[in-house]
Amino acid sequence: MVTENASILELTNREYKAGFVTDIESESVPPGLNEDVVRLISAKKKEPEWLLEWRLKAYRHWLTMKEPTWQNVHYPPIDYQSIVYYSAPKVKTDGPKSLEDVDPKLLETYEKLGIPLRERAKLAGVAVDAVFDSVSVATTFREQLSKVGIIFCSFSEAVQNHPELVKKYLGTVVPYTDNYFATLNSAVFSDGSFCYIPKGVRSPMELSTYFRINSANTGQFERTLIVAEEGSYVSYLEGCTAPIRDENQLHAAVVELIALENAEIKYSTVQNWYPGDKDGKGGIYNFVTKRGACRGRRSKISWTQVETGSSITWKYPSCILQGDDSVGEFYSVAVTNNRQQADTGTKMIHIGKNTKSTIVSKGISAGHGQNTYRGMVKILGKADGARNYSQCDSLLIGDKCGAHTFPYIEVNNSTAQMEHEASTSKIGEDQIFYFQQRGISPEEAVNMIVNGFCKVVFKELPMEFAVEAQKLLGVSLEGSVG
Amino acid sequence: MANSPFLEIHNLHASVAGNEILRGVELTVNRGEVHAVMGPNGSGKSTLAHVLAGRPGYTVTEGKVLYKGQDLLAMAPELRAREGVFLAFQYPVEIPGVSNVYFLKAAVNAIRKHRGLPEYDAMEFLALVRQKAKLVEIDEDLVKRPVNEGFSGGEKKRNEIFQMALLDPALAILDETDSGLDIDALRIVAGGVNQLRSPERSMIVVTHYQRLLNYIVPDFLHVLVEGRIVRSGGKELALELEEKGYAWLEKEPPPSVGVPAGAH
Repeated sequence: MVTENASILELTNREYKAGFVTDIESESVPPGLNEDVVRLISAKKKEPEWLLEWRLKAYRHWLTMKEPTWQNVHYPPIDYQSIVYYSAPKVKTDGPKSLEDVDPKLLETYEKLGIPLRERAKLAGVAVDAVFDSVSVATTFREQLSKVGIIFCSFSEAVQNHPELVKKYLGTVVPYTDNYFATLNSAVFSDGSFCYIPKGVRSPMELSTYFRINSANTGQFERTLIVAEEGSYVSYLEGCTAPIRDENQLHAAVVELIALENAEIKYSTVQNWYPGDKDGKGGIYNFVTKRGACRGRRSKISWTQVETGSSITWKYPSCILQGDDSVGEFYSVAVTNNRQQADTGTKMIHIGKNTKSTIVSKGISAGHGQNTYRGMVKILGKADGARNYSQCDSLLIGDKCGAHTFPYIEVNNSTAQMEHEASTSKIGEDQIFYFQQRGISPEEAVNMIVNGFCKVVFKELPMEFAVEAQKLLGVSLEGSVG
Repeated sequence: MANSPFLEIHNLHASVAGNEILRGVELTVNRGEVHAVMGPNGSGKSTLAHVLAGRPGYTVTEGKVLYKGQDLLAMAPELRAREGVFLAFQYPVEIPGVSNVYFLKAAVNAIRKHRGLPEYDAMEFLALVRQKAKLVEIDEDLVKRPVNEGFSGGEKKRNEIFQMALLDPALAILDETDSGLDIDALRIVAGGVNQLRSPERSMIVVTHYQRLLNYIVPDFLHVLVEGRIVRSGGKELALELEEKGYAWLEKEPPPSVGVPAGAH
């Protein structure tokens, strides 16, 4: 009978709906990393000699590197020798698979996750490449896409069927020496998606990759390469989930985008890796390198990310604005609840003249979550008339979480125009009570405030994804008010 | 149950941060009645309003409140709202990023759902908004803006009455709705409230000043002093208060409380 102080409380139960395990027979290499493992992965993929050499160079370089420590996240040392670097569901047939050859259990898994692998009229707007542990298990709508000359396939298939394209572009945006995790990826990457949009073609549908980690103790190291030729356009989506496990699992991916003259790539991510339990046990370490090069004049690369999962997120989708009048965009929502940590942001490197970049970052922290925005805007000496607009907003729920902002700005050209706005706000008890007094539950109140906060980013997402992202955010923050 | 009054407050004691503010409030409100609660600063008027709405931080230490025969204090704030308890806030909070119309649609539908009515779709809701917006002469532009963000004091109060019109409560509690309003805004707000008077709706109008009661004429008036209702009467009591202040009603006058000097 007492109106006890129903303050914004500790986070309790949250529901991770993608946390199931698929019981499927897998073929894995033993844990551990050495040159033989690198050779084995390459051999399994029947790769050409040059690619094996590239992997080995990366591996040898990796041995000389130290894991970075500058990021604002904390985790116990990773034992790289206990990780399984290759795991794939056993397949009966070799070579390119048609959907009929895919294990029904896999189809069922993706069905459960709401990913349409069966090409259905209702969901005809999205082509999917489904990556399960280390391999791509299916790619939909390939024929329809190939009619307009678009190549959309797994990375392994691209190596077999389009080696000249892979060789021409692989590692040109993220070199194998780039950073600790990208270098590791270069040595052991197993699969991923490859996408090539020919000159003047607008992709008739959204392309997407859905990453699923299933096996225990397995790292996922996939590589995505997207090349948009002159005057082409593609919108690309990426989704990720993993089962609930007590151990941390490493996901170290590399994404390279190349946009030539007048080309536009829109890359959207809804990341929902298993975030660990409320005490921070388990969850994915999402240490990812994503970078796009606007090589041609008036080219454009736009990153939109909604990061709700992972125990630790560490990524900076970036744009290298080489072409004159090229445009880079970064729209981000990052949520950290319970014990989640995120250190994320972007780098905009202005090289060409009249290059423009926009950064909109929305960080939401709840529970004991720690959310860091780290961004760099660099204007090189020859980038006359470069412009950047940055906006970093943080929203706190409760009083045990943290928000941190580290904007780096380096300007070497006096004609540059830079704008930076930042804000921090907190969902107050008085706000929650106002909603309640109008009949709205506290959970719904938080949802509405958070969605309002993220609106500008959500509107950058393709329609179906925006709806998905909103729901996901609701689940992620479930129980964040008492 | 059928014969029990609409709202019964018995021996209500409540404290905020360990300080006892309400010290045994007794009040009965029947359906369709408008009760004014007046009193000096710090007498507990707003506390009473907040306790009835279930605001966190207000601890009830003794007493009970029966609303339509149910234990009101046992209900979560949102449940009270869905059961028809509405509080027009003295200081409505700003909610950046959430548009008024989106907020109100969620509120109206939460309440309709609770009452077993079908939820409104966007078109139906907009029609309702247009109709109710006229009542308090609220600009439609205000309806689209984020809840209370950048609203003037008068706009915020109008928005409260607008919400009341939309949510159609059985018990409306107006917490110093007149404070901070100029005479024109007061007339508009009071006009809105008067249009919402109905035999099906009870109201508790909390105010510091008698002037509001020139516009919203109550059926009963209660004077709250030091957390207790010390005097109840008809509307004529307001005039007596206007003339004599509160001091003559206080058994032991607390320091420096006299005729309100229009300090708002």
